Amino acid sequence: MAPLKRYSPLPGFSLAMGYTLVYLTLVVLIPLTAVGAKTMTLGWEAFWAAVGNPRVVASYQLSFGASLAAAAINVVFGMVFAWVLVRYRFPGKGLVDALVDLPFALPTAVAGIALATIYAENGPVGGVLRSFDIQIAYTPNGVLLALVFIGLPFVVRTVQPVLADLEKEVEEAAAALGASRGQTFIRVILPHIAPALLTGFAMAFARAVGEYGSVIFIAGNVPMVSEIAPLMIITKLEQYDYAGATAVASVMLIISFLLLLLINALQGRMQQRQTSEA
Amino acid sequence: MSIAIRNISKQFGAFKALDDVSIDIPSGELVALLGPSGCGKTTLLRIVAGLEYADRGQILLAGDDASDRHARDRQVGFVFQHYALFRHMSVFDNVAFGLRVKPRRHRPAESEIQRRVKHLLELVQLDWLANRYPTQLSGGQRQRIALARALAVEPKVLLLDEPFGALDAKVRKELRRWLRRLHDEIHVTSVFVTHDQEEALEVCDRVVLINKGKIEQIGTPESVYDHPATPFVANFLGSVNLFHGRVEEGQLHLGDHALALDKTAADADGKAVAFVRPHEFDLLPGAQAGGLPAKIVRIVAVGASARIELSEIDRSDGEVIEVTVARDLFRLLALAAGDVVSLRPRQIRVFQTPALAA
Repeated sequence: MAPLKRYSPLPGFSLAMGYTLVYLTLVVLIPLTAVGAKTMTLGWEAFWAAVGNPRVVASYQLSFGASLAAAAINVVFGMVFAWVLVRYRFPGKGLVDALVDLPFALPTAVAGIALATIYAENGPVGGVLRSFDIQIAYTPNGVLLALVFIGLPFVVRTVQPVLADLEKEVEEAAAALGASRGQTFIRVILPHIAPALLTGFAMAFARAVGEYGSVIFIAGNVPMVSEIAPLMIITKLEQYDYAGATAVASVMLIISFLLLLLINALQGRMQQRQTSEA
Repeated sequence: MSIAIRNISKQFGAFKALDDVSIDIPSGELVALLGPSGCGKTTLLRIVAGLEYADRGQILLAGDDASDRHARDRQVGFVFQHYALFRHMSVFDNVAFGLRVKPRRHRPAESEIQRRVKHLLELVQLDWLANRYPTQLSGGQRQRIALARALAVEPKVLLLDEPFGALDAKVRKELRRWLRRLHDEIHVTSVFVTHDQEEALEVCDRVVLINKGKIEQIGTPESVYDHPATPFVANFLGSVNLFHGRVEEGQLHLGDHALALDKTAADADGKAVAFVRPHEFDLLPGAQAGGLPAKIVRIVAVGASARIELSEIDRSDGEVIEVTVARDLFRLLALAAGDVVSLRPRQIRVFQTPALAA
């Protein structure tokens, strides 16, 4: 007798999975393969010449360094932001909540020009900072600032719901057991939101690595100092060096992919315990 | 450690949650705060714990004013209705939490922590779950772990906020028996908030009945059940039949019928409400003087006693009178739906109603 057909209680697996794979292929895999294929048209030597160029290497260092730093800064301040939005009630809360998303919506060039104007030496903030001998615009600091700006919503929006999900009673329980505020934060709250923080970090980082528009205006684009990797790609494109541009891009892709894979693995391990059954 | 609650008042906006509440709880007692939801009992418990602050009044722990003390300095163990376990920690780490956050000079050595947590897990009979996470436990197990966690810091007072409220009936019953045994073993002063009168009467040494932010009555389970001080208490504790009538010359008049009253039941004539519990009726066949004639509507004869629902013959508002009789007696009476009987209460509790305005 033929075995009975087994029906899954969660229907539509094959259909949903099919869609997922088709979309992933069309939207992500094919363009990426094209980048790889174009890079292949270079020989090894030409490839190394393109990506090993000191200017390109310096831009990689700036791009990944500033992106990691910006994501780290956003983790700290995004958490504070989310905390304020979840825990307190204050007039204008709705407005502040909406403002958080603005970096998502603003055309990046607009953000870049605005930041450059404000933080330039003759700008309102830049002028004040200049008297303390701090220069933001047209330095790596400017790059960092722009990347912090565009990455903030990612951390706030990933942490906010998770923090809201943490019952007040859990903190009260910690207090009744004798924990200080600091101990409660480090031992109870932080472990709870850590996976969300990591997700926010990964998203802010990924966005920062690929960011172009907002950075380009404030960076000043000084060779070896404040050139980001996406700028090197654009520069090569403008010189009709398509293969060289894809070579630079594919190295970026590989590094980003490896870093995100690492973060995902870390996060998976963290979340495993908390959601093992619930 | 004794607890003294002195003249506590608390307001949330225009809502008076607690109004001048005072209770004395001697050391080692297990006391229930019993009342309907929203009566202020949980607020009172949270004020004792230091999780909430009173507008007026004092909390004395072991005779010392603790009103301004932070929750972490009050040495109270608090058990929440929804457990409030730390989800990212194993059962063991949850129980060890209170010991591990102690200031270094008071913190026991790790081997001592291991020993004490193991002992506590044995006490709540869950030592085999030490390495699990809270999400892998049933509700009853989670609450026992929460209790072990609260006991780990050797609190002088144990406060339980509807600890069994989120559990199903069978587990509740099991756990309250278990809690009573545990209390007899460790004798820590405990305050237990519940809206379940059965739970309060079964578990506790004394019951404090609270309604609308005020204390209605304090007493042992037997005394509050047998001698309710107010209509609220009579109504809230167990099922009860309510009659509106008049007291005249030592008798309760309900329409055309008069029922005899105890000498002590009513001291003045006038309008009154009377309460009779279902098991405090005698059933007499047919209509007889000195009883209240009623017709049997429905009989549920399941379990140790038969429940009989009747309607008063002279009233047509459909108000049901509930009477329970032992199964043996029920068999002797040979009653059936549609029969007319006379109800003669063995005990009536009468409360004068203040004259209604106009």
